[in-house]
Amino acid sequence: MTFDTTRDAHGGGVATAAPPALVMDGVRKVYTMGDGSEVVALADATLTIASDEMVALVGPSGSGKTTLCSIAGGILSPTSGTIVVGGEDITGFSPKQLTTFRQEKVGFVFQSVNLVPFLTARENLLVVDELGRRTGATARQRADTLLDELGLADRAKNLPGQLSGGQRQRVAIGRALMNDPALVLFDEPTSALDTQLGEQVMELIRSEMQSRRIAAIVVTHDERITHYCDRSVHIVDGHLTE
Amino acid sequence: MKLGLLELRRRPGRFATATIILTLIAILLMFLGGLLDGLISSSTAAIKAQSGDVIVYSESSQASFLRSRVDGELRTAVEALPGVEVTGGIGLVQLGARVPGNGPRDLASVALFGYEIPPDGVPDVPADGLVWADDVLKSDGVEEGMELLLGPARSPVTVAGFVSDVSFNGQGSLWASPDTWREVLVANRPDAQLADEVFQALIVVGDGAPSALARSIDDATAGATESFTIPDAIDAIPGVEEQQSTFNQIIGVTVVIALVVIALFFALLTVERTGLYGVLKAIGARSSTIFVGLVAQAVVVTLIASAIACAVVLALDVVIPPGAIPLDITNSRIVTSVVLLLVAAVIGCAFSLRRVLRVDPASAIGGSA
Repeated sequence: MTFDTTRDAHGGGVATAAPPALVMDGVRKVYTMGDGSEVVALADATLTIASDEMVALVGPSGSGKTTLCSIAGGILSPTSGTIVVGGEDITGFSPKQLTTFRQEKVGFVFQSVNLVPFLTARENLLVVDELGRRTGATARQRADTLLDELGLADRAKNLPGQLSGGQRQRVAIGRALMNDPALVLFDEPTSALDTQLGEQVMELIRSEMQSRRIAAIVVTHDERITHYCDRSVHIVDGHLTE
Repeated sequence: MKLGLLELRRRPGRFATATIILTLIAILLMFLGGLLDGLISSSTAAIKAQSGDVIVYSESSQASFLRSRVDGELRTAVEALPGVEVTGGIGLVQLGARVPGNGPRDLASVALFGYEIPPDGVPDVPADGLVWADDVLKSDGVEEGMELLLGPARSPVTVAGFVSDVSFNGQGSLWASPDTWREVLVANRPDAQLADEVFQALIVVGDGAPSALARSIDDATAGATESFTIPDAIDAIPGVEEQQSTFNQIIGVTVVIALVVIALFFALLTVERTGLYGVLKAIGARSSTIFVGLVAQAVVVTLIASAIACAVVLALDVVIPPGAIPLDITNSRIVTSVVLLLVAAVIGCAFSLRRVLRVDPASAIGGSA
């Protein structure tokens, strides 16, 4: 089953002028197992996300959320189908091209935050520049601005171990925004948090994405947080439904 | 690379174990090298110091002073050759020396040379009855002005002063006039008595390439001589090659151990960081960037270990009294050891490359990171 949708993220009913953040057309991912059998992780998925839309991707474990997220983020290549991120068709990209694409076009916030433990909050943001174009002063200025906007200006020199869970999550969001991405992928952002902190984090994600008009996919199995997103897409056994 | 170096600076404790082990290995490597150099030097320094180009022994002597006899006729034949500028006779006798103040059985082993051309660092031939003494003999209680009694005949010689780096066959050397050497030889080794004009070997100073000069001497004497350049004469000394070979094998094994230690340490570090590397790759790090960081860490750890080892070995060199053990720490040995360790570090790190390449950025997503 496929699901196709393009919707204005702010309820206007009219598509925005900017190109969609993500266009997946008939994307299929098949894994070949050791015994030669094939497992379909994603079956002909068709999904369009507007440039400022926030979508919840909901599904149980093993449903294909990770595969979809990995393909959308340029980590995996699809077996078939077309994928366009921020107007750039990455379907036939080589691993090297995908690495450059990830440096420049997408942001990731991982399930367990995964900041580099021996770098300060500011340095964790600057890692993105260090691994990519190395813009130097421009990157440092952007890191300082992001930390300030995320309320972490006074924590810039703290190591992750000296930050609270919420502050680490903010740093991770800042890192994901460093390269001014077309799309940010949030992988189970509240799974390790209690309900109250989880809600605070989702509020933060929503406000940050909305204020910057950046598209986001929030991968979750928790239906309670989907109302923070513009819409929800469900995935079961590799098939997308709304 | 910057990430790797920052980790080293911020978390030095994580690298302490590897640094300590590598330091011990580097100390071992430099110390073994110093012992090899010291041992070889104590066996061959007297030959290495010769200021000539070629040493001429008699045929079948196998580069042994004791077996060699070069008479006046042979010397005249050598001197007549084009390219030969100066020749100087040299002879040796190895004996036990009684040192005043030491017990009657506490003999110092000495190699008494009679010489005509002063080796590097040795003054002109002293007056009969006087000797220049190798400073390693100080550890046996030898002092300037002291009279030593050589051999069973107790031939007296007086120390006129000290010279350095002229040991032979593991013994401190004494440098005397040919007449003094001949007297001591006759008194203590009557079976090795030599006529007045006969020496055991000749030091030849020439104006051409030493190897060509050595060949031309042997050709001119129709095989009555065996001539060697100074480096060849050193290698020809019995036991020298075997010593070098044995020590070089031990040094080689030590380098391999260093390589294995580095390989294991960074392999473990890589396994431990698979999750972090997955995250870094997901946000755009290339495998090469991660690997260069690992190599930078290995190089810095090795340089720190080498610096500590260098300081320790130099301190040992100062503390250990001359002559106690044959230890000779040279700049070239230290530089060679550091280069060997650095090569081992880079090769050791290379074993982690495959593991770094195999880290899947997808592992960062889905909670497995």
